[in-house]
Amino acid sequence: MPLVELAAIWKSFGQNPVLKGIDLTVEEGQVIAMIGRSGSGKSTLLRSINGLERIDDGTILIDGEKIGSKDADLRTLRLQVGMVFQQFNLFPHLSARENVMLAPMVVKKASRKAAGALADAMLAKVGLSDRAGHYPDQLSGGQQQRVAIARSLAMEPRVLLCDEVTSALDPELVNEVLAVVRQLAKEGMTLIMVTHEMRFAREVCDKLVFMHQGRIHEEGSPAELFSAPKTPELAQFIGLVEAAG
Amino acid sequence: MFDISLWDIVRNLLLAARWTVLLSLVAFICGGIAGLAVLFARVSAFPWLRRAMGWYIELFQGTPLLMQLFLCFFGLSLVGIELSPWEAAALSLTLFASAFLGEIWRGCVEAVPKGQWEASSALAMGYFQQMRYVVLPQAMRLAVAPTVGFSVQLIKGTAVTSIIGFIELTKAGTMITNATFRPFTVYGLVAVFYFCLCYPLSLLARRLERKLHAAR
Ligand SMILES: Nc1ncnc2c1ncn2[C@@H]1O[C@H](COP(=O)(O)OP(=O)(O)OP(=O)(O)O)[C@@H](O)[C@H]1O
Ligand SMILES: [Mg+2]
Repeated sequence: MPLVELAAIWKSFGQNPVLKGIDLTVEEGQVIAMIGRSGSGKSTLLRSINGLERIDDGTILIDGEKIGSKDADLRTLRLQVGMVFQQFNLFPHLSARENVMLAPMVVKKASRKAAGALADAMLAKVGLSDRAGHYPDQLSGGQQQRVAIARSLAMEPRVLLCDEVTSALDPELVNEVLAVVRQLAKEGMTLIMVTHEMRFAREVCDKLVFMHQGRIHEEGSPAELFSAPKTPELAQFIGLVEAAG
Repeated sequence: MFDISLWDIVRNLLLAARWTVLLSLVAFICGGIAGLAVLFARVSAFPWLRRAMGWYIELFQGTPLLMQLFLCFFGLSLVGIELSPWEAAALSLTLFASAFLGEIWRGCVEAVPKGQWEASSALAMGYFQQMRYVVLPQAMRLAVAPTVGFSVQLIKGTAVTSIIGFIELTKAGTMITNATFRPFTVYGLVAVFYFCLCYPLSLLARRLERKLHAAR
């Protein structure tokens, strides 16, 4: 059974249809990269998967269970699906360690001690044990993003959604974050990531999804798609990106 | 004519100033508690509640405090609720403060970036958990300076309650003037008293503003 199954997802913002019937299945342990032009609906799709956007039509199954739109359903969903944002969105009034501890304590009612131990383990995983007591504004962008990843991991999600997690970073900080993501992929974490890092996508992901005008225009293994794109849109997109990179 | 010394004037004003302070405190504390309710209604998920509270705020921000006081004092007595000047003063200032504080605090809550709500949602936190642990701590930082600033407005606002015969600083000043015929001295002293109450708070508000803006 696939871990995530999306069927016929539709979503409009006012009169503007942004997702036009998306079907996608993600197996446990798979790493999916979503690419596509700006405005093609990648973020909206990702945000629909954890209920940050309410879909107009279609079904979302996580581990075979259908997710409704009631608040309780959304919270069950979000216990399974973590998300890391382009802008990090760390809590500025909490230290790195407290950022990671908060949700386990508040949502899962973990004791302070257990949450602290968990936070230390997660910060060690992203290589930031020595920054535990620092506040977000005392950390570089790359470090903030790694704390954000640790914060998501502390909730032990089955799937992690990553929306352009390196796009807000200075070029020299991109690799430290990608290294963490690569390590997660290696450990078998199920990942759905929107990315403009084509080389990284090609190396790490099992399946590449090309979005175009609110639809999945093409999907398949990265080797296939990069070497022999079937549609002119993908060919053009790859050409554009490689010309730019 | 009695011979009233300067000291007598000061002493009587000082006694009356206690009521100004007490009224300000009561209005600030009760208004603050009611203001929290206004805040939560204004940021609630129910459009009708937000709209109703919007009207409540418009009502108190869009009419003079004096009219609100008259309505509490004379208006309520028309419908059979007799309030003493003290009760009417405390009630109208509490309502007044709740509308202004609620609106100030709403602005602070809404100034917390949307990404904070999204990140905490994505961590499966519920609305009240998000408010309690993520949004309010950040909003509170923003709120300190304007809240202290408003308390200065409130203290000065208590002067209007002299109209309905509540004996606080201003009313005492009027009474002493009538007895001494020394308006310049008396009102000068009244002004000094208000200044002594308000200036430290203004100063505090300004310092907090600078400090909290510099900090995280
Ligand atoms: N909250 C919103 N309200 C209205 N329109 C929106 C909203 N969010 C996104 N859109 C519109 O939906 C479309 C798809 O946006 P989306 O953010 O999903 O694109 P994207 O593929 O992630 O693009 P990018 O690469 O620039 O991040 C765009 O036309 C955008 O203007
Ligand atoms: Mg996007």
